Amino acid sequence: MTEAELRELAGKQAALGEVRGAPGPDPVNAPMIRHWLAAMGDTNPAYLDKGLAPPAMAQVWTMQAPRQGRSPVDDPMAALDGAGYTGVVATNCEQTYHRYARVGERLTPATRFTDLAGPKQTALGVGYFATWNVTWYGDGDEPVAEMLFRVLKFRPRQGAGEERPPYPLQPAVNQDTAFFWEGAKSGELRIQTCADCGRLRHPPGPLCTRCRSSHLTYTVASGHGTLYSYVVHHHPPVPGRETPFVVGVVELPEGVRVVGNVVGCPPGEVEIGMALRVAYRPMDDRLVLPMWIPEEP
Amino acid sequence: MNQKERVLSRTSAAIAGIGATEFSKRSGRSELRLAAEAVLSALDDAGLSPGDVDGLVTFTQDANQEIAVARETGIGELTYFSRVDYGGGAACGTVAHAAMAVATGMARTVVCYRAFNERSGRRFGQPNARTGGDPTSQGLEMSWHVPFGLMTPAAWVAMFAQRYLHVHGASSEDFGRVAVAMRRHAATNPAAWFHQRPITLEEHQASRWIVEPLHLLDCCQESDGAVALVVTGAEHARDLRRSPAYITAAAQGAGADQMMMTSYYRDDMTGLPEMSVVARQLWEQSGLTPRDITTAILYDHFTPFVLTQLEELGFCGRGEAPEFVKDGGIGLDGRLPVNPHGGQLGEAYIHGMNGIAEAVRQIRGTAANQLAGVTNVLVTAGTGVPTSGLILSAAVSR
Repeated sequence: MTEAELRELAGKQAALGEVRGAPGPDPVNAPMIRHWLAAMGDTNPAYLDKGLAPPAMAQVWTMQAPRQGRSPVDDPMAALDGAGYTGVVATNCEQTYHRYARVGERLTPATRFTDLAGPKQTALGVGYFATWNVTWYGDGDEPVAEMLFRVLKFRPRQGAGEERPPYPLQPAVNQDTAFFWEGAKSGELRIQTCADCGRLRHPPGPLCTRCRSSHLTYTVASGHGTLYSYVVHHHPPVPGRETPFVVGVVELPEGVRVVGNVVGCPPGEVEIGMALRVAYRPMDDRLVLPMWIPEEP
Repeated sequence: MNQKERVLSRTSAAIAGIGATEFSKRSGRSELRLAAEAVLSALDDAGLSPGDVDGLVTFTQDANQEIAVARETGIGELTYFSRVDYGGGAACGTVAHAAMAVATGMARTVVCYRAFNERSGRRFGQPNARTGGDPTSQGLEMSWHVPFGLMTPAAWVAMFAQRYLHVHGASSEDFGRVAVAMRRHAATNPAAWFHQRPITLEEHQASRWIVEPLHLLDCCQESDGAVALVVTGAEHARDLRRSPAYITAAAQGAGADQMMMTSYYRDDMTGLPEMSVVARQLWEQSGLTPRDITTAILYDHFTPFVLTQLEELGFCGRGEAPEFVKDGGIGLDGRLPVNPHGGQLGEAYIHGMNGIAEAVRQIRGTAANQLAGVTNVLVTAGTGVPTSGLILSAAVSR
């Protein structure tokens, strides 16, 4: 389905206005309320004492078994799947409660498809944001609860023909350094180690810096470190990077220093001496960089 | 060879001529033309003709081959040519190579040159994704840093600067005072790009971040231009047009565990061990001490390393440079006037070669901001890289 066709379908569905669904299969009941309260850890006795349902249970009472019932949302979702936007992630859920649902009453949902926006470039991939509103009615025509719900339907990045763009800052690698980059790919911070005298060395090289042996292996570091120095890069722009970003010299308990990005906290909170642990970030289909995040206290 | 003989052999060479193009942001001319103009200007200054030259020395980074410069300027046969590596660390090294060639007889008169359109052409401050590209030893070295976006000279220096601030309890204002002093000197130097444009410490502090902890005004300018220096035997120099600037000491230096701008893996990150290697040789060769230096031309691509150099060269103790500068120590009337021409922060960034020319002018007594009674001038080259240094003197040291 083309962009124009998707827009046309969305417009048609929106024009349907509010479409009533089937009433809930069971009336509001005490056993389900009891389960919910237990699962949520809600110990307020008022609900069961007074025969009232927690408002956030609204969806529970009308949830359909798969493939049952129809709503104006179904066709746009199927069309997006068909167009390759197979990924889905909920982005917004806003609920409004008018009154408590009472034990014994049966709720009926009514759905209004309101918007389809896209295609948009997102961190997950290209996709459409679909929005709809659901209103739950009690035995009369008075609304019990309302909900705005929005999902992003996206075309997953790794999908056919849409590879991640190659990261522009590739390291040069040779026989002396390949073990380090292979380690990063498998989630290991590898420090070159002399198989003869045991000396650890980073950055690595072809010979042991103590005994000049070429019989070299590696140690997998603990992944802990302490920040020895750092910079916050603002200018000029760096390819493949968004500014500002932090680069640090990290001192490892193994006795060597490693350079890497400090991520996972605002640049203003970075300081010399902070405890860090390694985290692995895939930059493209080939390169994984060991980076550093603040150690949890 | 004993100490005295070494000194005499070094002082057997002198700088007899200096030449330069104008310093600009857009020369509008090819780099080869800039090189040729500077070389001819230096020869004219010395009172020599191109046919008198038999050696040429430049930086490995220079885009103008010696033979091309020789063709354009009418220098005929060459018996000596060499290149010095490691970016701006080469500057004083070109003079050292020339002095060695003269001292050993490989050449009689050697011209050192550096020419580039560093502002209007390829700008060194811009990231180059190819920096870590090839598995050469340097490409592999860069590969521990470039993938993390650590790839500009400002960023490489900032990493040292942050550690210096931490260890010595210094502040960005301590860096700023260096920039303010350089711009004050440049303000009264008509050849300087920032002639009549001094700055205040407040302006330094308000300038935007480039790479924290470096502000824009901690970074030297980018320039188009060329400088050339004529090196010849001391006896020969005395017969020429100008008073010789005798090469009392000339040295190159790389430290242990040296890297290009990123020596972050040594025990300490607050010093410049490579400059210490140069300093030791300069003092040994010359028999001089820091007290004998009238003025110093310190390589100032970024302000923090001016502080570090003051310490490495022995003009003050470790961690004392911020106080030294705060007391006005590097001003024209200070204990050690630094970069009377305004340095690369104020005059121009010609990879350190314009600083050597300033040292010669101070010795001749012809500088824009001429100091009184100049006897010995110490000059340094690029910092954070394998580097070099000179002591030039008004008289042959005894």
